[in-house]
Amino acid sequence: MAWRLRLVPEKTNIDFFRLQVVTFGISVLAVVLSLLSVAVLGLNFGVDFQGGTTIRTESTQSVDVGVYREAMGTLDLGDVSITQVFDPAFRDDQHVAMIRIEAQEGAEAATPEVIARVEAALKAVDPAITFPSVESVGPKVSSELIWSALLAIVAGSAGIWIYVWARFEWQFAVGTVAALIHDVVVTVGVFSLFQLKFDLTIVAALLTILGYSVNDTVVIFDRLRENLAKYKTMPLREMMNLTANETLSRTIMTASTTLISLTALLIFGGDVIRGFVFAMLFGVVIGTYSTLYVAKNIVLFLGLDRSDKTKGDKGGTKSTHEFANIDA
Amino acid sequence: MTATPLWKRLLILAICLWGIAASVPNLFYARVERHNDAEAAIAAADGVATPDQTAAKALWPDWVPSALMSLGLDLRGGAHLLAEVQVEDVYKARIDALWPEVRDKLRDLRDQVGNVRRQPSPDGVLRVSVSEPAGLPAALAAVQSLATPVVSLTGVGQNDIDVAVQGDAIVVQLSDAEKTATDGRTLQQSLEIIRRRVDEVGTREPTIQRQGTNRVLIQVPGIGSAAELKALIGTTAKLTFNAVVGRTTDAGAEAGARNLLLPSMDEPGVYYIVEETPVVSGDELTNAQPAFDQNNRPAVEFQFDSAGARKFGDYTAESIGKPFAIVLDDEVISAPTIQSHIPGGRGIITGSFTVEESTNLAVLLRAGALPAEMTFLEERTIGPELGQDSIDAGKTAAIVGMVAVVLYMIACYGWFGVMANIALTVNILILIAVLSTIGATLTLPGIAGIVLTMGMAVDANVLIYERIREELRDGRPPDRAIELGFERALSAITDSNVTAILTAVIMFAIGSGPVRGFAVTLGIGIVTSLFTAVYVTRFIIETWMAWRRPKSIQV
Repeated sequence: MAWRLRLVPEKTNIDFFRLQVVTFGISVLAVVLSLLSVAVLGLNFGVDFQGGTTIRTESTQSVDVGVYREAMGTLDLGDVSITQVFDPAFRDDQHVAMIRIEAQEGAEAATPEVIARVEAALKAVDPAITFPSVESVGPKVSSELIWSALLAIVAGSAGIWIYVWARFEWQFAVGTVAALIHDVVVTVGVFSLFQLKFDLTIVAALLTILGYSVNDTVVIFDRLRENLAKYKTMPLREMMNLTANETLSRTIMTASTTLISLTALLIFGGDVIRGFVFAMLFGVVIGTYSTLYVAKNIVLFLGLDRSDKTKGDKGGTKSTHEFANIDA
Repeated sequence: MTATPLWKRLLILAICLWGIAASVPNLFYARVERHNDAEAAIAAADGVATPDQTAAKALWPDWVPSALMSLGLDLRGGAHLLAEVQVEDVYKARIDALWPEVRDKLRDLRDQVGNVRRQPSPDGVLRVSVSEPAGLPAALAAVQSLATPVVSLTGVGQNDIDVAVQGDAIVVQLSDAEKTATDGRTLQQSLEIIRRRVDEVGTREPTIQRQGTNRVLIQVPGIGSAAELKALIGTTAKLTFNAVVGRTTDAGAEAGARNLLLPSMDEPGVYYIVEETPVVSGDELTNAQPAFDQNNRPAVEFQFDSAGARKFGDYTAESIGKPFAIVLDDEVISAPTIQSHIPGGRGIITGSFTVEESTNLAVLLRAGALPAEMTFLEERTIGPELGQDSIDAGKTAAIVGMVAVVLYMIACYGWFGVMANIALTVNILILIAVLSTIGATLTLPGIAGIVLTMGMAVDANVLIYERIREELRDGRPPDRAIELGFERALSAITDSNVTAILTAVIMFAIGSGPVRGFAVTLGIGIVTSLFTAVYVTRFIIETWMAWRRPKSIQV
């Protein structure tokens, strides 16, 4: 027997519902806390969503936030935030900072004059400074971007709902979408709690989490559907445990390969997309959790109609029936 | 296990080979790019090549695929602008141009309507009062006769102007159908002019797109900053020829109604009072080129189209001895006196130009004026160094991620892991090949999409292998277990991938910029990984099984 790395033993018999009050409680609590956090702390919107300007500075001299702040102090720019950026990939003499300036009062559009003034002020204190990226978004566009981002997430969830409903039972669709909402809300909650920058790329990450989480959930549901046809009398709860255990090895395996590649991105991908990668990394972990502990619980709670007119006749499960016959 | 039919095997093999061939150029990015540039330059010059171009073209053989993934702004560096075109400007210009016609029409009816005066009104609205209220119906009919039907899909049966009576005045404005049609034309013209100006400086692959009803997205790789790009586009490079009312050195002089006070470009402190409604405007120019006047000073020669030539001819015929102003961007370039009737619409602009200035002015005139002002809603500049850093970081992450996933798969599935890895590699190559062939733009989130695809692509393999393991545990012989594994995993693979593609499509449809780049690589990545996991892996395993005929297998 050749050696194999096994994260999950060949046969597991975990009762995923044993602690269901606790796990489901934690999930509900996490969702509530996330919503509260967003309501109270708000999100640290990037310029995409709030308007304003971000300037990335790079210099061979080390960054002194105090000096930068002082240099811009006389410009009367309103709220200015300056953060130094660290990345393992930076050279020794590469010092990077991000300067964020709020949208200027009364300005509909981007404000190039302000950018020019800031750049001049910073050049005065550090002649070696360069500005590798400058992004300026007017308030008009940023509010539209928020709406289109929300629309994207709602449309994504709705599309998944319809697809799962069409391919499975409506209970599965409810379970899947509840799990998705759980994943997205908690991820947003984490961004709110730690005040991480929330911009357009984070929305892309959230949509990817939707895609990943639904992928994970649907694989288990697909197996559940197969088992429903195979074991007609087994209680639903037991069957769900059997299904989850049968697919556990795959669930963990796929989560780990995805996490491996995301970790490589997180470490080596540079600071520009770190927030984006972090959101996906977190989403994959929570998506795996919700697959095992949220989606199924809701289906179990809603119950399934197991009289024989079930989806067996619909396209997707035909093959299962055929093979069930071969097996017999 | 039942063997895949030969034609299918050949097709799979062909697709894989194509993927490898079409992704290879990206390995030699700089080389192929120079080859492609040279080829394009030679084609543009009708096959005439300089030695440099011939050398560059020889860097890459012609028979090898040469399509590359184009790099997005965040990777190449460059500037991004989102501009809103002030379409209302055009309404105002249109309505103002209507005034002389309305005046002439009503002048013909002087005995019925009395004196005609233009009253103050908001921009885009013409308010004309007549001194004889009894003549209003006749005046209304006369002005209405100026209307022409709008030719558009939605505006069938509508006229271009709405004429109404308000009190003792006639109010004229553009109809909604005409406004819509005008907006379309304004945007089209703005796009064309921006494109020509950006092309004049020869930057690579600029993106100039209309967005929504009145916006233009401009992305130019390789340009230093958004400010530079704006200077190139010019917010309002508007050329007009106006009648001169007077000349003054008083910056606060009262210009009078429907007149403008404009500074002179080369005489400091001198101002001209000109009529606001131009005689001819720059969009009636057909050509402009740098030239020299009779004193051998740099100048610009221009040629009007027939309508412009007629107007210019008529005007010069009746205004001999009077000065007229050549106005560019609200500055008087020069105000020569009309010496004689100028028929044929040819003319020359002299002023104190340098050769370079006259060349630039000619380019500006040839490219035409922007029909309306633009405000910039979004400006982004990404420096080329930051882009290079991002490419390097993305490369490192992709290589590390790939190696880690490959090792992990081998650790988990042994020989079958190796076969899955071959499929994974083919998958990445086909993904890159597809991106290159369709000319997709690779962005930093797009690289993240590729790296993520590596992680998720093996999912289908994992599903299949886990299923094969189960079937083996149930005591089935190897070939049967493999066949069942593939068959039974298919429904889960389909369902999970369809939902993932669904989210990618939605991201692409609704998202913008970085989100789109990500959606493209993710979506294509899902499709290619489906192909490689289901067909390529199966092909490899079948071939191996047929060759080794193992009595037992361990997955």
